Amino acid sequence: MIWETVIGLETHVELSTRTKIFCACSTRFGGAPNTQCCPVCAGLPGALPVLNEGVLTYAVKAALVLGCAITRRSRFDRKNYFYPDLPRAYQISQLYCPIARDGEVTFSLPAGGHRTIRIHELHMEDDAGKLIHNPETGRTSIDYNRCGVPLIEIVTEPDFRTGEEVTAYLETLKERLQYLGVSDCRMQEGSLRCDVNLSVRPQGSTALGTRTEMKNLSSFRAILRAIAFESQRQIALIEGGGQVVQETRRWDEDQNASLPMRTKENAQDYRYFPDPDLPPIVLSDGWLARLWAEMPELAEAKRDRYRAQFGLSEADCKTLTSQRALAELFEQTAALGTPPKQAANWLLGPVLAQCSAHGLEAKDMRITPQMLARLIALVQTGGLNRSTAIEVLAALFTTGGDVDAYVSEHGLNQVCDADLVGEAVERVFAANPKSITDYWAGKEKALGFLVGQTMRALHDRASPQAVQAAVRKKLRQN
Amino acid sequence: MKITEELVSRTARLARLDLPEGEAGPITAELERILQYMDQLAELDTTGAAWSGGALTNVLRPDEAAPSLDRAALLAGAPEADGTCFLAPRAVE
Amino acid sequence: MDLTTLTALELGAAIRRGEVLPEEAVQAGLDTIAAQGQNSFITLTGAQALEGARQIRSQPAESPLFGVPMAWKDNLCTCGVKTSCASRILGDYTPPYSAALVERLEQAGALSLGKLNMDEFAMGSTGETSYYGPVANPWDASRTAGGSSGGAAAAVAAGEVWYAVGTDTGGSIRQPAAYCGVTGMKPTYGAVSRYGLIAYASSLDQAGPIARSAADCAAVLDVIAVQDRRDSTSLAVKGGFLAGLTGDVRGVRIGLPVQCFGEGLDPQIHAAVLHAAEVLRARGARVEKCSLPLLAYGVPAYYILACAEASSNLSRFDGVAYGWRAEGCTSLDGLYTQTRTQGFGQEVQRRILLGTFVLSAGYYDAYYKKALQVRERMRQAYAAAFQTYDLLLTPVTASAAPRLGESLSDPLQMYLSDFYTVPVNLAGLPGLSMPCGFDNAGLPIGAQLTGPALGDLAVLNAAHAFQLETGYHRQRPGRGGAV
Repeated sequence: MIWETVIGLETHVELSTRTKIFCACSTRFGGAPNTQCCPVCAGLPGALPVLNEGVLTYAVKAALVLGCAITRRSRFDRKNYFYPDLPRAYQISQLYCPIARDGEVTFSLPAGGHRTIRIHELHMEDDAGKLIHNPETGRTSIDYNRCGVPLIEIVTEPDFRTGEEVTAYLETLKERLQYLGVSDCRMQEGSLRCDVNLSVRPQGSTALGTRTEMKNLSSFRAILRAIAFESQRQIALIEGGGQVVQETRRWDEDQNASLPMRTKENAQDYRYFPDPDLPPIVLSDGWLARLWAEMPELAEAKRDRYRAQFGLSEADCKTLTSQRALAELFEQTAALGTPPKQAANWLLGPVLAQCSAHGLEAKDMRITPQMLARLIALVQTGGLNRSTAIEVLAALFTTGGDVDAYVSEHGLNQVCDADLVGEAVERVFAANPKSITDYWAGKEKALGFLVGQTMRALHDRASPQAVQAAVRKKLRQN
Repeated sequence: MKITEELVSRTARLARLDLPEGEAGPITAELERILQYMDQLAELDTTGAAWSGGALTNVLRPDEAAPSLDRAALLAGAPEADGTCFLAPRAVE
Repeated sequence: MDLTTLTALELGAAIRRGEVLPEEAVQAGLDTIAAQGQNSFITLTGAQALEGARQIRSQPAESPLFGVPMAWKDNLCTCGVKTSCASRILGDYTPPYSAALVERLEQAGALSLGKLNMDEFAMGSTGETSYYGPVANPWDASRTAGGSSGGAAAAVAAGEVWYAVGTDTGGSIRQPAAYCGVTGMKPTYGAVSRYGLIAYASSLDQAGPIARSAADCAAVLDVIAVQDRRDSTSLAVKGGFLAGLTGDVRGVRIGLPVQCFGEGLDPQIHAAVLHAAEVLRARGARVEKCSLPLLAYGVPAYYILACAEASSNLSRFDGVAYGWRAEGCTSLDGLYTQTRTQGFGQEVQRRILLGTFVLSAGYYDAYYKKALQVRERMRQAYAAAFQTYDLLLTPVTASAAPRLGESLSDPLQMYLSDFYTVPVNLAGLPGLSMPCGFDNAGLPIGAQLTGPALGDLAVLNAAHAFQLETGYHRQRPGRGGAV
């Protein structure tokens, strides 16, 4: 029997608004426990939620880039259950009228080709707090800081067949949401979290098998391994005459296995009902049109455009658009008159090298389009040689500043004085008569040596082209 | 609506309430009587009626931060806390 | 001068004229409380009130209620003062913040004498579900003060405070006001911020004044009926209530729904309410019978919706972050269940069970969703009635205050007694209860005026017109018994 794995994803994404979804507390990650709480997010009696406008805007933007239909009249519902990370004992979510439905995402697969999966719905909700168990005291510590951090949950249809499809989709999702600036999508900080619903069925069958839900998947690697493990487990179970039980399972990274979560004696019944504290959200054509106008061009579109407009390679386009700040720096530098290929080469080479040397993302560096354009122009016009220009870039990378001012302040201007170059050549020729003989004997390498020596004599501050011309001229004179 | 003691027990369990020993029967009877009274709503034709939740829509606040509560004030009412966190019996698997 | 016979506005005027010092008024209230023993308070803050009275002496008296002693129902959060909802489960909970309306009245110079007794979590019609014991009716100590704002109505009637702020989810301001012979107003849903009101049923809860006259109620509303950005259901309100009281009801069309004058209504109440209609007619109102058949479905729809919301609102009381916690629980689940089972009283548990049930899988559509649809029909029926009428006049209760201990045994019977008041909450309308007579036993009778949404001023003005003609609202219970 050939088996097919059927996978659906529920992805929780923390939105990067300044404040929480229903109160004005900060969403900053990593604060001291219980210092970013107020009566609203701590669920104190009498406190009431008020929806953060930024959350609505971010959620709708996210829905738009996932091809969803926006619900014109949506609202919030209460999901009732008891757990110590949920101080109100209900989560404010959207069951009956989620903000968006029926999306579609097309993404490319690493092995080549494309895949399209359907989005069932996207809804807004609040995050829960954090629990830490202390095995010594037997008590659980409760931190409400994360309570009320805004989330969107993106639920796909069961359209995935392999783990590679899942991670390729997540890469695309991450890239789009980061581009929009609605989330930083950091799995290690929990701002992107994934639950995998998985079932198996005989190839060719259209009926869905019994599925399990896997939680606690904190990296792409874990997702791939969990999918491989769980589909094998289910196949082995069925082939051995058993049945898959519909249950929630926890991925255990250390044991490299999915394990059933402790089951409750009663099935959950969340008793969803419309939250009477929050009036409906009604979105007009005008509001949506304004939001559309604010939408940035996405990475995929930029890649196609860069290829067509600037003739850049597939690989270069991919790297340039991998971070929105990088792509924007590229476009703005080109817009200042820098030849696009030059701008691309600088960004992909020295700029990214500096980023990784400093461990920074492109959005955090202080290089402006004006600085980059000026550096490239100086190199082109011979005012600065390339290696010095890279030194300037490195010096100003985290501080920013005026390129010309820095160059003149540090005396880095290129030596253009023909007399100075001529003098240096004279000295080098005088010191290296053998190289001149070698050159005329047909050893082309000798030319490079003489140029190199002259450059060194000029402390690398001359244009290599000018030096080479001077050396050739002198050789012809000999 | 006829309801069973088992249904009432399940409901109590959802609400994290314990039915006192020997009280499940009387409580079931009482709830059944109240629910039967409520069943009269079924008489009314409510086709097309949907509660809109009032006239208000789109009540939003700007994404601007305000100071949070002082942690000591937040923890002051806790039955069990350690100065930084609330404490409860084991909750994590 | 016996300050306790004054209305809040009369006392406020005397304070502004310098004839009475705020601390004298506070002391008069505290002395009355000490003499009564009707259990209208859960927490007294007399020392703070006296201190506050001395402190505000230097401030300008801008509000007509400046320096007037009052009190809060104990489901309104007061920063630094125990707020219990009359429940064991909140223990000695002291909120770190004050309700929006508390802040507003304090800024206007209100001096609180404390926190008023009530039915536990505002669930009850007699004040008897309080963990802190029942409130006695000042007109007859063997009778209930009503509920759930029983402490508020009793305290105002007995002269302990000059006004109080209560809350009304299904009649909890209007019904005890009727039983205790004072004036109580439930404003339009959304007129007063619910921020800091500990929720029973969020879509029905509304805070409002209990006082000795409609004019006093208008003065309180002028301070608290203000849009608040912390409550998403808060409305923009025009205001100017006190200034708008002309007493002119000429041409005002008042409907008497026949469904409210049928079987089960005490004939003495029937007569007293019709008498009120006549008084208003004599001042130029046009009074006629009308029909609102849907009113009969108010009680079942109300109890489904209120209990459903309550089951969710009260889930947060679990012994983890604040309030009382059951002892000796080693498991988390045991802690939840024991805290809630021992911490909530019987009536609260009954409503949580009912509410949990009507929201649970398989029953949601038949109960919760159906009740929401009935609620919409109710709103439409009222809206249609207010095309023809400016106000509706009905009884508040079918009988006078019941004896202590006689209501709790039959919960359904208790729910049915809310017939006249719950439809007003379902439709979110303003409703006011005003004294309109006494029965043979000397117990007060109330009449209810209902207006269209945001028609709060029209309701207050009609009550004011009635009170200009009559003296029922100025009658005070004799010490220790009926007049």
